[in-house]
Amino acid sequence: MDALLAGLIGLLFAAALYQMLSGHFLRFLLGLVLISNAATMTVFVSGRLTIGAAPLIPVGADAPVTEVANALPQALVLTAIVIGLGLFAFTLFLAIRTFRRLGHLNANTPLPQSPAKNGSLK
Amino acid sequence: MSPVLWPLVIPFVGAILCFMTRHTGIDRWISVAAALAHTVVSILLVVEVADGSILAVQLGDWPAPFGISMVADGLGAAMTLITGITGLAVAVYSISDVGQRAAFSGFHSLFQMLLAGVTGAFLTGDLFNLYVWFEVMLISSFGLLVLNKGRDTLRGAMPYVALNLISTIFFLTAVGLLYGLTGSLNMAHLRVTLDGLEPSMTLSWVTLLLLLAFGIKSAVFPLFFWLPAAYHTPAFSVSAIFAGLLTKVGVYALIRTFTTIMPLEPLFADILLWCALLTMFVGVIGAAAQQEVRQILSFHIVSQIGYMVLGLALNSRLALIGAMFYLIHHIIVKANLFLVAGVIHRVTGGSQLKSIGGLYAAQPILAILFLIPAFSLAGFPPLSGFWAKYVLIQASMELSDWIAAGTALLVGLLTIYSMTKIWGEAFWKPHPAGDDALHGKGIAWSAWVPIGTLAALTVIIGLFPSPFYAFAEMSAQSLLDPSGYIEAVLGGSAP
Repeated sequence: MDALLAGLIGLLFAAALYQMLSGHFLRFLLGLVLISNAATMTVFVSGRLTIGAAPLIPVGADAPVTEVANALPQALVLTAIVIGLGLFAFTLFLAIRTFRRLGHLNANTPLPQSPAKNGSLK
Repeated sequence: MSPVLWPLVIPFVGAILCFMTRHTGIDRWISVAAALAHTVVSILLVVEVADGSILAVQLGDWPAPFGISMVADGLGAAMTLITGITGLAVAVYSISDVGQRAAFSGFHSLFQMLLAGVTGAFLTGDLFNLYVWFEVMLISSFGLLVLNKGRDTLRGAMPYVALNLISTIFFLTAVGLLYGLTGSLNMAHLRVTLDGLEPSMTLSWVTLLLLLAFGIKSAVFPLFFWLPAAYHTPAFSVSAIFAGLLTKVGVYALIRTFTTIMPLEPLFADILLWCALLTMFVGVIGAAAQQEVRQILSFHIVSQIGYMVLGLALNSRLALIGAMFYLIHHIIVKANLFLVAGVIHRVTGGSQLKSIGGLYAAQPILAILFLIPAFSLAGFPPLSGFWAKYVLIQASMELSDWIAAGTALLVGLLTIYSMTKIWGEAFWKPHPAGDDALHGKGIAWSAWVPIGTLAALTVIIGLFPSPFYAFAEMSAQSLLDPSGYIEAVLGGSAP
């Protein structure tokens, strides 16, 4: 199970990097989704995997008596997913606005400079 | 409430209040008040840790290493104070720099949120928590960056957003691997656990991922391209706070990780050393080729980052003292130069060196206030930059690293070239449209006050370096020997 997931994480990283290096911002976004998932999976698998063992403590006991799932990575993963969603939403919005403004999303197309307009924020 | 938590709570409260009052116009004053309060509580925090004691708070009363610890040691407290001072200066500057529309879009609450994120990163004692603060910082900086809706901003925002996201994902992956290796995320507990572990392949990968993640954040060669692409496009208040604080959080994370948590392996220290030297050199050469004030300054950020990373890479006591001195000096000077760039833009109507001039005749006091941080950046005695460079070069010579010492000296000289270029073009030569073009362009008090204060701080650090040096020495000591840190967090009963 661990080896399978490790392979999957590797695959996700590879696919994500391939997408991100393509030079197109939309593909970069797709890569971003994949690589966030790969990273969260890494955190999740690092906490060691158990099957069907809820992290519950029996009534009256101070600690779990049998082997239970590690609850901490789940909390970490949840945090990372929420943050990742927020950042992705922002980046998507940025892509839309950039496309409307520049007419393309290709990172390798140079842009004529117009620095005179910089710095004013009214 | 513990003094460690005040500098965190205040900017959060400030952000909420600023957001609620963003249509009234008093939000800028709330922002100034919050930044002032932040500075005051940070001063108290620095006073508390000045004798070498380390304050730790366990959030939610969960004992370490199970809960999240917030820790203030010398380095953390000093960085918090410098965040407060820079935040206050920029908050005052933004009174006249940021218009009503940007304020309504949430400039002041985003600004306070950014300060909260930066402060949190400096005070946390937990690696995953550091990741969360990075994200708080990142999302606020994204918001601030795109408040200005120009084409160049969007163009610069893409690499900025992309590379910073990749950096945080590398960081998260490293955190995951490290947790899998040690079962802990608490920095003090990580150190204890890692000390008992044999070096392994996984640990090397973790080191590499962390170096990459923080290297992108701090704009180290060859990962710095996002910085000069983005920093010259937003409002001047925004680029001043970015220039002062954001990359330095990356440097702080490098120092914290590779001293407190895991000392740097010799191989990685060598890699970091060469990266640092190339960062210094490439940054300063890049600056020489630029013709726009903020682009010149942006490349200089990269160059100066090299000095701080050099201090970490040399990894001796004196080098760490130098790195810390450099951090503090640099934040003040760099933020100030960007604020001056804003005033230059306002008075002369531009930032391209070709199209401006005549400032020395029109604003001689501004000329002096530019020269102080500019010469300090280049390392002229008796300004703060001289001592910072002096300690670092001394540390390189102590280790017989002549290449590092030589590069540091050479880059200092080349820095003067760029600074004299700005001086000659913006201040000395007449304005292309005739010097009358500058008539009646006054400078608001809200620009004079922060620029003057930061310049005064530069001079004070330069003239009286010994208390700052002693503080840096104390902090470097606790970085090299984290037993005090571990005891403060884990309470002496390290499991």
